[in-house]
Amino acid sequence: MESSTTGTSNPGNIGSPTPVTPANGTEVEKVVVRFAGDSGDGMQLTGNEFTKAAALAGNDISTFPDFPAEIRAPAGSIAGVSGFQLHFSSTDIHTPGDAPDVLIAMNPAALKANIGDLQLGGTLLINTGAFTKPNVAKAGYESNPLDDEAQLKNYEVHLVDINKLVNTALEETGLTSKEKGRCKNFFALGLMCWRYQRDAQPQIDNILAKFKKRPAVGEANVLAFKAGYNYGLTAEVFQATYKVKPASFEPGRYRNITGNEAVALGMVAAGQLAECPVVFSGYPITPASTVFHYLSNYKNYGVTTFQAEDEIAGIGAAIGASYGGAIGVTASSGPGIALKGEAIGLAQIVELPLVIISVQRGGPSTGLPTKTEQSDLYQSLFGRNGECPLPIIAAKTPTDAFYCAIEATRLATKYMTPVILLSDGYIANGAEPWKLPEVDDLEPFPVKHLKDAEGWMPYKRDEETLARSWVVPGTKGMAHRVGGLEKDFLTGNVSYDPENHERMCKIREDKIMGISKDYGDFDIEGEESGDVLIIGWGGTHGALRQAVGVLREDGKSVSHLQIRHMWPLNPKLGDLMKNFNKILVCELNMGQLLMVLRSEYLVDATGYNKMQGKPFTVAEICNAVTELV
Amino acid sequence: MTEKQTRRDFVSDQEVRWCPGCGDYAILAAVQKCLADTGATPENSVFISGIGCSSRFPYYMKTYGFHSIHGRAPSIASGLKLSNPDLDVWVITGDGDALSIGGNHILHALRRNVDLNIILFNNKIYGLTKGQYSPTSSEGTKSPTTPFGSVDYPINPFSLALGSGATFFARAIDVDAKSLGPILQAAKAHKGTSLIEVTQNCPIFNDGVWDAVTNRKTATSNQLRLEEGKPLLFEGGQKGIRLGEGLTPEIVEVGEGKASESELLVHKADGSDAYHAMLASMAAPEFPQPLGILKQVARPSYDELALAQVDQVLKERGKGDLNALLSSGMTWTVGPDGRPE
Repeated sequence: MESSTTGTSNPGNIGSPTPVTPANGTEVEKVVVRFAGDSGDGMQLTGNEFTKAAALAGNDISTFPDFPAEIRAPAGSIAGVSGFQLHFSSTDIHTPGDAPDVLIAMNPAALKANIGDLQLGGTLLINTGAFTKPNVAKAGYESNPLDDEAQLKNYEVHLVDINKLVNTALEETGLTSKEKGRCKNFFALGLMCWRYQRDAQPQIDNILAKFKKRPAVGEANVLAFKAGYNYGLTAEVFQATYKVKPASFEPGRYRNITGNEAVALGMVAAGQLAECPVVFSGYPITPASTVFHYLSNYKNYGVTTFQAEDEIAGIGAAIGASYGGAIGVTASSGPGIALKGEAIGLAQIVELPLVIISVQRGGPSTGLPTKTEQSDLYQSLFGRNGECPLPIIAAKTPTDAFYCAIEATRLATKYMTPVILLSDGYIANGAEPWKLPEVDDLEPFPVKHLKDAEGWMPYKRDEETLARSWVVPGTKGMAHRVGGLEKDFLTGNVSYDPENHERMCKIREDKIMGISKDYGDFDIEGEESGDVLIIGWGGTHGALRQAVGVLREDGKSVSHLQIRHMWPLNPKLGDLMKNFNKILVCELNMGQLLMVLRSEYLVDATGYNKMQGKPFTVAEICNAVTELV
Repeated sequence: MTEKQTRRDFVSDQEVRWCPGCGDYAILAAVQKCLADTGATPENSVFISGIGCSSRFPYYMKTYGFHSIHGRAPSIASGLKLSNPDLDVWVITGDGDALSIGGNHILHALRRNVDLNIILFNNKIYGLTKGQYSPTSSEGTKSPTTPFGSVDYPINPFSLALGSGATFFARAIDVDAKSLGPILQAAKAHKGTSLIEVTQNCPIFNDGVWDAVTNRKTATSNQLRLEEGKPLLFEGGQKGIRLGEGLTPEIVEVGEGKASESELLVHKADGSDAYHAMLASMAAPEFPQPLGILKQVARPSYDELALAQVDQVLKERGKGDLNALLSSGMTWTVGPDGRPE
């Protein structure tokens, strides 16, 4: 969609049902490819490998893995369809693309679930070998969709019996037919690598490395990959190959990274910048678990991890670790964060640093575990008893999650408070290129464990930050008691004094609100005044920024602000909003930030909301703005 | 420390606010004395509690203390031990805190064998919330929430400990300082989770609930003082416990013309599972209540194993270099022209 709105030609998106035969190696600006198959078909692996190939070729990339909550839903069913979408480009892109230009459907269910998204005139590669009668029926088709000419004529269709071709290619391997079947995704990978002129050798090396422990499987996958690649070359399945030139990047060293890996690396970096060990304690939950997985590997980087018996113990041990002088960290998603609520309140009143990573998913309750949503802002702001404000930071992209983890730790230790770091399923699993920072360029913030009892009281505060001192058990002459009961404003002893309670509630509030003093300038796309200000937060950043780019090229007076510090809000936000005729708050929820902005600033903002477990498309945002003005 | 420490060295400046006659006073004094007697320091001792009458305990100790939230003290203590393994960490909890709302945490602390000393104040009632029955209350207990008597079956802390793979379990009476002291010292010395059940009297809501065990008049017949390597004798040595039919404990008279001491079971804290199960099945008034160290076995503690693993990884891989970690996996370099090299 963005290629048509920016007016560039894209043979992957020919925009017309009439087949066009481009020359070999035709240059295109950007392409959106979606691999779709059964959850056992290895679509995530294929997508990841194809992403690496695009990254190696220097394209800008953005990915969107989309998979079911069931590990293996019934084979061939719609519920079991797993997809991986990759957007690669020679220009700067921010989203995985609204609609695929190319769809690879490995079975009837994948075709049924995804064909509605494919661009009209888009390329459709179908594995006909999987279109058996039972599979067609399992997908809910009444008749074989391959016979539905009325539908297929809208696309550039390529019918390839991948099952059979892979079987033949692997004839000599001695693998069982089931094992051979597992290699068919590499055929699709090979074919797409040929189509986009990727070098085969790095892919082959990657596959062998990936299956280092099972060389026979690795070899078989390489054979399947080569079969696909050569099939493209000789069978002229596609009339041509395409080339997406490298994008222009700032010079430097790059890698691909997903949001969850970035958060994990950010916590390792934060520990080093704080010169303080990190103790992560959590309980597995989708889509946060991989943060825990990554950190568990970093034991030689000053990270200790603890798999607790439940979500509550997860945060409990993190609080215990912080009490002991480490940076306590826990990660979860909505249902787990709900269980942690009481303990977050404890960390807030005892004023200990703590980082709580909340990777949002569809809710309420178990909701949509593998789908993205932004509906836990209220939970972060209000999900505790009593007056319990705390800082909330929202990562806007996978790479931003790295810096947000550092920022969350800096605030937690500077202000002695729990901090919630909001991510979401889209950021967690989506990948983009990341220009690696030089560790020496990251600003250290060494923490101080006070050891000098002179003039100290357990709840005596720093005049500027209002933070109390971090005194760790084991420190001589400073033994003291903390706890969840209200405490005296200086000694920390239990206090039921009415005036003291109000004073403590206010000072805890003042401490948190004072954090906004640390904020820099807004990162605004467009002018600081005009017709429309689009406000978003979190993982919608890419779609909003891209949409604003399109609208501005169209001559519209639109600006975009992605809020990073969700609480406390930037005090300048009120004045900024006054500079615009309309405020459009775009969120993947029913209007949570909208309500906060309206109540905080009495601003007549409008919401644009979506609750489908899917990110915004650029087109949706463009339409919403057009309707508003 | 040049001068010998006393209990007073561990008494905080806070006024103790338990009800007059509460068993908690005696336990507090015994713990303070234990710290003094074992050369503990205020800075290296940490008391972490949950919610309930007993959980006010940390405020009265001149040590580090953390009065946390209901049932969760073992998890906070576990995290503390992971970040600071040199500390001597105690958990103060009650029958509601440990066995009801916090049941999951005590189970897993025991299973992992984190190096903690957990004192379970068992008064078989919820005191702080004014007298509701607890998970250790006997069937039929009348309370504000069970005016016609409770119908649920009580949990046996020792059975729970056995099921969780506990490495140390002891039972003592609140006011029996002579026995409680050595038990606290043994628990403190034990590497791993030590669970001490203290039978504690609540004079307000459950007065006399432990009378069958603690009444001085009937003490000799209702208490079984366990001593390592000694036969199970009570009633001044006139009665003992023998292995009965179907692996059950059997009370026998001991003496001339009766059972001989050699027929009796001999206490071994590291005895068989069957022996421990037998001890768990014995309760007053049907049997004399076993008191002392019921179980103690050696098993590496969780914190020890977890930290050894960190050391091992450090040894094998060396101290991690963050720059190298960030650039692990597939990377590529973009040159001054903005294109990949």
